[in-house]
Amino acid sequence: MTGLVAVRLRPADLARVASVGLRTRRLRAALSALGIAIGVGAMVAVLGLSASNQAGLLAEIDRLGTNLLTVQNGQSLIGDKAELPVQAPAMIGRIASVTQVAATAGLSATVYRSPLIPSVQTSGLQVQAASVDLLPAVGTTVAQGRYLNAATEREPVVVLGAQAASRLGIDRVFPGERVWLGGQWFYLVGILRPAALAPEIDHSVLVGFDAAKRHLGFDGHPTEVYVRADTAAVAAVQSLLAGTADPEHPDQVDVSQPSAALEARAKAKGALTGLFLGLGAVALLVGGVGVANIMVISVLERRSEIGLRRALGARRSQIRAQFLSEALLLSLFGGAAGVLLGALATAIYASTQGWAIVIPALGWAGGLGAALGIGAIAGLLPAIRAARLSPTEALRTA
Amino acid sequence: MSAPVLELERAARTYPGEPPVEALRGVTFAVLAGELVAVVGPSGSGKSTLLHLMGTLDRPTAGRVSVTGLDIAKLSDPDLAALRASRIGFVFQQFHLAEHSSALENVADGLLYGGVAAPERRARAAEALDRVGLSHRATFRPSKLSGGERQRVAIARALVGRPAIVLADEPTGNLDSAAGVAILELLKDLHRDGATIVVVTHNHDLAAELPRRVEVLDGRIVADGRPA
Repeated sequence: MTGLVAVRLRPADLARVASVGLRTRRLRAALSALGIAIGVGAMVAVLGLSASNQAGLLAEIDRLGTNLLTVQNGQSLIGDKAELPVQAPAMIGRIASVTQVAATAGLSATVYRSPLIPSVQTSGLQVQAASVDLLPAVGTTVAQGRYLNAATEREPVVVLGAQAASRLGIDRVFPGERVWLGGQWFYLVGILRPAALAPEIDHSVLVGFDAAKRHLGFDGHPTEVYVRADTAAVAAVQSLLAGTADPEHPDQVDVSQPSAALEARAKAKGALTGLFLGLGAVALLVGGVGVANIMVISVLERRSEIGLRRALGARRSQIRAQFLSEALLLSLFGGAAGVLLGALATAIYASTQGWAIVIPALGWAGGLGAALGIGAIAGLLPAIRAARLSPTEALRTA
Repeated sequence: MSAPVLELERAARTYPGEPPVEALRGVTFAVLAGELVAVVGPSGSGKSTLLHLMGTLDRPTAGRVSVTGLDIAKLSDPDLAALRASRIGFVFQQFHLAEHSSALENVADGLLYGGVAAPERRARAAEALDRVGLSHRATFRPSKLSGGERQRVAIARALVGRPAIVLADEPTGNLDSAAGVAILELLKDLHRDGATIVVVTHNHDLAAELPRRVEVLDGRIVADGRPA
């Protein structure tokens, strides 16, 4: 029996001992924690911004309404473009739960600013016949001028989609403004705001159905029908649309829900964040190397402290625990600062964009966890070296 | 006769190298409880190695070193650490005080690895500081203390765990003569109160002041006796 009792350090004592190096060398500790903070901050900000962006997009989609369905002419059996029946919009309008119906029809005519423009320079614009009730159905409004109405829809006038206006170089509506469309002048009456749920409208130059028939040889077959249904009945309506639009060839009709496609795209947008996350991880790794570096130097500089602690009765394992805890503490501070930094960056950017601020748990918990993991790895080797130092070596005067 | 606190039996320490360095070549002596002993010798005589063996900071390559009856060769690292924590106090020439802590905290750290709870550590540290006459400096940092005061703090730290033996390595080496004399008086005072103290020094004048002198030269004890 030796009568000797090996005792553990109490947690509070270990914490105090572990913070000695940080308290005495504050600038150095702060700088090496900064390395970790930048890495963690970048990761949290990337995840936070991507999540907030997504939340913003989904909120925008919700605002536009998820109850919009579109009906398009599909392909016939032999691969040609199929035609929707002329009466398709009216038929669809008779489905219960359908609240709004509007139609457009693609025309083969081309549009130019003036007849002097070479005919190949179409600017990628599409001329479409549009019904007078299009705007509420697709969820957009007029930016300038006015939309087609019962009177103007039979006259040679146009309304420009947001993109179409900028491509034609027209930024405002004034009396007498006109475009060269299908070999004759059409007068401009309005410009639309962007339609997020129906981006094809943005690239279109819209004329009334009757005007298209009278001036452009339009046969009256719509190519796209926009349908708003009660939100609760969207799925039921969707299943009825093809058969209602074209009872003879329901298989030649394409039905889709634009908001669903947008949501899927918003969710898939996370793909790019992988790259930035990788960059954040590299920054964190560099920060970890900084911590390891500082710990190695610290062990070299504090030999006499290590020797003294051994003389006071510290075991090897207690010296090891001291330096490992110090590295962990350093990374924890860095990680916490990084989470705050990343959250702050997310909050500032998200609020300028009007998005909800979302910091995913993966971001802050993962960031802290990664920081601690890096700290443990960075501190392990220096801690083992400190513990292996023989007490006589450590006490030798330099 | 009281039992030996420290016992060396033909203890030797050879450092590996080309050629190997024989720092200690078989040293035999014992320190009884309550003794005040000077180990004196010129630099290179092996007295530092002797101090390390007595303090269980190093193990002999041959022979036996026992502290309070325990053969240190048979103890594991945790047991040796516990032995140092509870039964040996060190005083160093360079004081080895923590600059960022007050005198009181430095003394309390003497009990850190002995499993004593923080409030009791502070209470006993205050007592030990009082014993070396530095109560009024308890909250001062070492950098605000004179050399003599720093060494008193270090002595209080060595004493605070009531060790069986205190080993002092050139305790006056970094002090002017007046402070050195005061430290010596303190050590004698502590000895009168019953502490067992070994002072390792190269200073013969200092050694001459102590009741027993062990002279070391070239790794051997060449004289062991009390002044006439």
